[in-house]
Amino acid sequence: MNEMLNGFIDQWALDLWILATASLVAASCAMVGVFLILRRQALMGDAISHSVLLGIVLAYLISGTNSLWVMLIGAVIIGLITAWLAETLHKTSRLQTDASIGIVFTLFFSIGVILVSLYTGQIDLDQECVLYGEIAFVPFDTLIFGDLESGTDIGPRAFWMILLVFLIVTLGIWIGFERFKTVTFHPSLAISLGISLTFWHYFLMTLVSLTTVASFDAVGAILVVALLIIPAASAYLLAKSLKAMLWLAILYSQAAVWIGYGISYWLDSSIAASIGVSAGLLFVLTISALQMQKAVQQNDYKRKIQAGEL
Amino acid sequence: MQTFTLLNDHSQWQQIGSQLALFWSFEDINATWVLIGSLLLGMSASVIGAFAFLRRRSLLGDALAHAALPGVMMAFLLSGSRDAEIIFIGALASSLIGFWVIDWLPKNTKIKPDAALAITLSFFFALGLMLLSYIQSSELPNKSGLDKLLFGQAAAITAEDIHILVMVTSVILFAVILFFQKFRLITFNRLYAQTLGVPVKFYEMLLAVLIVLSVVVGLQLVGVVLMAAILLTPIAAARFWSHQLSTLLILAGLFGALSAALGSQISYIAPAMPTGPWIVVSLSMLFLMSFVFAPKHGLLKRYNDYRNLRRRVMQENVLRTLYKLLERNHFQQNDFTLAQITSLRSISSQQLQTTLKQLIQRHWVEEVQQHFYLTEAGLHKAIKLTRRHRLWESYLSQHADLSSEQVHHQAEKMEHILNKDQEEQIVAELMQHLADPHGKPIPQLPETATSGAKR
Repeated sequence: MNEMLNGFIDQWALDLWILATASLVAASCAMVGVFLILRRQALMGDAISHSVLLGIVLAYLISGTNSLWVMLIGAVIIGLITAWLAETLHKTSRLQTDASIGIVFTLFFSIGVILVSLYTGQIDLDQECVLYGEIAFVPFDTLIFGDLESGTDIGPRAFWMILLVFLIVTLGIWIGFERFKTVTFHPSLAISLGISLTFWHYFLMTLVSLTTVASFDAVGAILVVALLIIPAASAYLLAKSLKAMLWLAILYSQAAVWIGYGISYWLDSSIAASIGVSAGLLFVLTISALQMQKAVQQNDYKRKIQAGEL
Repeated sequence: MQTFTLLNDHSQWQQIGSQLALFWSFEDINATWVLIGSLLLGMSASVIGAFAFLRRRSLLGDALAHAALPGVMMAFLLSGSRDAEIIFIGALASSLIGFWVIDWLPKNTKIKPDAALAITLSFFFALGLMLLSYIQSSELPNKSGLDKLLFGQAAAITAEDIHILVMVTSVILFAVILFFQKFRLITFNRLYAQTLGVPVKFYEMLLAVLIVLSVVVGLQLVGVVLMAAILLTPIAAARFWSHQLSTLLILAGLFGALSAALGSQISYIAPAMPTGPWIVVSLSMLFLMSFVFAPKHGLLKRYNDYRNLRRRVMQENVLRTLYKLLERNHFQQNDFTLAQITSLRSISSQQLQTTLKQLIQRHWVEEVQQHFYLTEAGLHKAIKLTRRHRLWESYLSQHADLSSEQVHHQAEKMEHILNKDQEEQIVAELMQHLADPHGKPIPQLPETATSGAKR
């Protein structure tokens, strides 16, 4: 009896770790995504989430460890390089912005995939993991506090990493809120006030890189895009202010995590992919509701006009 | 799974050599087909991608390729077979739905085009991955190999796939040749096409279908994730070489075919290697080379042009300064020291010396004991420049209502650019106003009145 209970609690603890990690991932992505949507840099999010793979692989190959800080620094460097290179290419070669983004991130991602295939035995990464992430295995890769034998197990590595990033992102947005607002909605005013557009642009890119690398273990390189863009876009449809949009995006992302978890349990499918799908479904639902409302309103006006009330 | 360790082993090189020999002896029918398929795919995808690029929808192909994934999975789930035709139809259907969504969202909601692209891409891809993971955890027969669609695997391609590939790419290339004029028209001047009565909507739809087709047919070879690059990078590279659409298309096709063949060969020899990334890497190398070395618009050429222009501007500035000095001394003295020149124009002494050396080489200036003279030809040139400078100044102050401080900076740039016709036009506009806003006379060229300049 006691053993069964213990097993039950273990299973429950695993689920809890997974859910906690997923909801932190989703919340961080949603917050960063809001600014990507508003600044029309959705594709930059796509690009950075792809090239972060190269950052992780290179950081691992150069340093030989996969410690938290190395991964974060590698990802931030490569993320900033991507943003900078795309912009420089756009300026020097007169290519359109999206074209230069496309050229840079496909190259970086390709090199990343090739390196993964080359060192597949030596790196704790494979093509599958790049795509799906392995949120189901998150609880097994734990951080141990103190030395390996006698130290205490303080929980999954991925969880602590995303918690750290979540705190950085929240703090960054909280401190820079007014600045971000000005830069996003009123770039010319920002310039006249002496706020550096370049600094805040690259600061945002840093946050995107941090978020993607921390989400990488959990949801993989490409599904991050779904979490970055879709909840923020859903919130964009409804919100009337920046604060409201941030809260709504977080709300959407949390709903997506819970629904996605349910779907994956039901279909025995990948948790990360199911979360992405449910974020999309919520978006579709929002759009349909808005379209219906629009149709009803139009009908209403039509009736009123025909009845001569307007 | 074969681990692909670094190739330091002698026997491994030999093995690769023999595989290459086998590949190029065309004895292995399948390998030959893969080569032909990848050549055709590279060509058609880059040609059709060129139109997407020129219509400023570079990343459309990326989204459409991702959007094909759930269709493939649904087709497999519903039919239970992996026939190339069924997979093809499934991918086509969901890619078209994706295209419709990308088009519909910005038109009917406040979602912006770039966000619409990212939303469609990630949602469809998540859906595809969810279905894939569902399939892989289920008990369905012959489910293996579906995941090869993500990065492409030339070695896993079947004869049937190749047949479809050859057919579809031929159709695409044929369609582009057939409708070349119409496509060109709607790409560069949509409004004009409309006024001509060309059914623009129809041709845009046709272009979209062709893009979807080439994306879908390339999935096996290049993979979902990197399809964007083969549509986009070749034309971006070709653009550095030419501005002529037909040349662009041929070049893009060439680049695409070359790198597709290269990538599929690497992947064929080393089966652990995914094809798509190698294609993209070789494409990017071609892009980089074009970017730097292309004779007309390459980086080197532009840097060179820029340096030449800077040098010319510097020379002309020094000439004009010499003329000003001449003017100050009422054309009595024509030898000036370095210090005198730098007093009128802010220029580092080293730069001034190199510029003066260049001027001496061109026989515009002569040097005698640290003193510099304007020669006959140099004087002529200097008068021409000063004339243009002052003409432009008075033109601006008369017609643009600028203050005399503002006009000087404008003229400082324009004097290097104006040509003879423009000069005459300005003279005609100004009538007989022969002084600039600062009160200095506008000199005449010596041919018309040599004494006038030295009045």
